Amino acid sequence: MQDNLFVSGHTACAGCGQSLAARLVLNAAGKDTIITNATGCLEVFSTGFPQTAWKVPFIHSLFENASAVASGVEVALKALGIKDRVNVISQGGDGGTADIGLQSLSGMLERGHDILYVMYDNEAYMNTGIQRSGMTPAYASTTTSPAGKLSLGNPQPKKNMAAICAAHDIPYSATASVGYPKDIERKVKKAISIKGPKFLHIFVPCPLGWRYDPSATDRIAKLAVETGLFPIVEYENGKISKTMQFKELKVVGEFLKAQGRFKHLMKDSPEIKEAINFLNNIVQENIDRYNLIK
Amino acid sequence: MFVPIISKPATSLANKTGSWRTKEKPKFLQENCIGCNMCVNICPEGCIKSLDNNKFEADLDYCKGCGLCAVICPKKDIEMIGEDEK
Amino acid sequence: MKVFIEGSHAVAEAVKMIKPKVVCAYPITPQTHIVERLSEMVANGALKSEYVNVESEHSAASVVLGSTATGARSYTATSSQGLILMSEVLFNIAGMRLPVVLTCVNRALSAPINIWNDHQDSMTIRDAGWMQFYAENNQESHDLHFLAYKIAENKDIMLPVMVCMDGFILSHGYEVVDIATQEQVDQYIPPYEPAYKLDPQEPLTMGLLGAPDVYMETRYAIQKTMDETLSIIEKEEIEFEKTFGRKTPLLIEEYKLEGAEKVLIAMGSITGTIKDVVDELREKGEKVGLLKIVCYRPFPQEKIYEALKSVKKIGVIDKAISLGSSGPLHLEVAALMQSKGESKPVSSFIAGLGGRDIKPKTIVGIFNLMDKDPQGVNFVDLNKWYKEESAIMIS
Repeated sequence: MQDNLFVSGHTACAGCGQSLAARLVLNAAGKDTIITNATGCLEVFSTGFPQTAWKVPFIHSLFENASAVASGVEVALKALGIKDRVNVISQGGDGGTADIGLQSLSGMLERGHDILYVMYDNEAYMNTGIQRSGMTPAYASTTTSPAGKLSLGNPQPKKNMAAICAAHDIPYSATASVGYPKDIERKVKKAISIKGPKFLHIFVPCPLGWRYDPSATDRIAKLAVETGLFPIVEYENGKISKTMQFKELKVVGEFLKAQGRFKHLMKDSPEIKEAINFLNNIVQENIDRYNLIK
Repeated sequence: MFVPIISKPATSLANKTGSWRTKEKPKFLQENCIGCNMCVNICPEGCIKSLDNNKFEADLDYCKGCGLCAVICPKKDIEMIGEDEK
Repeated sequence: MKVFIEGSHAVAEAVKMIKPKVVCAYPITPQTHIVERLSEMVANGALKSEYVNVESEHSAASVVLGSTATGARSYTATSSQGLILMSEVLFNIAGMRLPVVLTCVNRALSAPINIWNDHQDSMTIRDAGWMQFYAENNQESHDLHFLAYKIAENKDIMLPVMVCMDGFILSHGYEVVDIATQEQVDQYIPPYEPAYKLDPQEPLTMGLLGAPDVYMETRYAIQKTMDETLSIIEKEEIEFEKTFGRKTPLLIEEYKLEGAEKVLIAMGSITGTIKDVVDELREKGEKVGLLKIVCYRPFPQEKIYEALKSVKKIGVIDKAISLGSSGPLHLEVAALMQSKGESKPVSSFIAGLGGRDIKPKTIVGIFNLMDKDPQGVNFVDLNKWYKEESAIMIS
């Protein structure tokens, strides 16, 4: 029996990719870990007083300051002489990390704190009801970028957070997907064995926000990678060191048709053709930049 | 006076999310299991435990019935059955 | 030991002896001299502290929130825009009952941008659940920090404390300050031993969601604690004098209130000027006095009421204004008098905003104005140019 450090009883939706990823991350990190968490799905569904699903020390402060609070925890541990035996992991969603939390994350990375930051990316502000974030992919329909007569959904593609963090010249920055649990475990263990700031971007499908049956979370988490839309990469000291390669990539349509948030793209029109082209171009850029084809 | 909004670990175990299920629950056939542990790894609730090397079971007190374990089992040894079935 | 020292450096000396394990810094005029001096002390080994240069005041407050929650005594300082930028975190710190101490070097709020002194910044945060003390001079700027940590970390209190000192007037002003000794500080402030902290040996979850069934109780608890703190501070006045050998008022100071008919109430450095004016006017036979408020939060209602028992006219000088209403201190004093059934006039005077100098003759003018029981909000010493339409500055 696995001794989970993130236990059952939390109120995440059935099939929630984020709750799965959080459990995998913490089991890999071990019990000598302190977690700081931004406001968001994970914090709300796991810490409604008096219930908490965490078996390690955990603190939630505000939406945009998880990295700054973690910085404070880390220096306190150093001052108390016990940093060597405690991991500090800071966590947040895509909104709390890439948008409102970007400043404090950048500060933490730049100052060189010995902290692993994990961003759980469900591609929208899910906790507040599926609003568009800087990590929402192109053409996804959200409540603030809905598809309609005059719109095909979110116009902008995702921000490249792993590259932004790698550009701080931190020792380790990587992407992962909850469709590859063993990879997440390996990456967390690797990250915490390195001293300094680390960043891990985990792709976590959301059954409610992306509109699909909960049992498809694993399949969709793999499809994003298998189509080349979400490359699995590792940066070490600012340079790409490893990527997950494929003999052949699946067509983007397979990823899109599995989710209701893209159903407006399932029709035929010149605009939609253009949109699919745009997505294919993203895939081609990823192929070139990350050498995705074996 | 101090009213701390602070909790001791794992108090969420008091919340039996198994009550969320309405349609179906996982049945572990325990016939062709190869002990790969993929069901254990994929459960968002972390409620699948091993009884023995090739015998696994979901804790129905917490299982929300998402069906991820049934989809991922490489030997199709987990089936989603009706909530009221045995 | 008495030294001739800049106010901000007197604060740095106090903080050094308090030995915070974490000091967090983000620059803003006029607080920066404090954190600069502290960083020199760290660089030279005089202060053993983790010194963190953050990327915004919001993060500065967040860092000390995290470090205090982990069990390390921490410190930061700010002013004006920095204080209100971190206001969200300040509410968070108080709500989590973390004993953080910060120095607010009072400065006006933008817009227009103005780096000079008034109390608008700390007044805007008065609802946050932080205790607030206002220094009259740099001896108090130095001393109030010892009190701040002592009561913040008191296990029956566990609330954050803000020590307020007027920007430039005190922070950059040189005065003779009796700097405490390390022995005195060690005797006065015990080591920080938190009741709750982040520790893998004893895991806890902090910052949970508080639904309607628990939230009100947390606010009630802070309010009750603030009430209880008033009597604890009175005991600390005695304890402080025993340890440091000097008397320092920690709640209010009654200056020549015996037989006073007209009294001005004020906070911060202006009280020093008012004391001089009171002395002069008393020489001339005028029955005037000053009620200086040191502890603004919690608001020492009973002490203030007692002090004003036989006073006939009350004037309140605010270096801030709740725009659309009145001066914050005035509103609280007026409400206090009314709640006690008093009908004596409480007049409001708004002075010194944006660093406008308050001269002794202005105070004399205010005392004279009080004879007429002025109603409403009275802005003092406005320049004449704004009345002239042609004076709208374009070029």
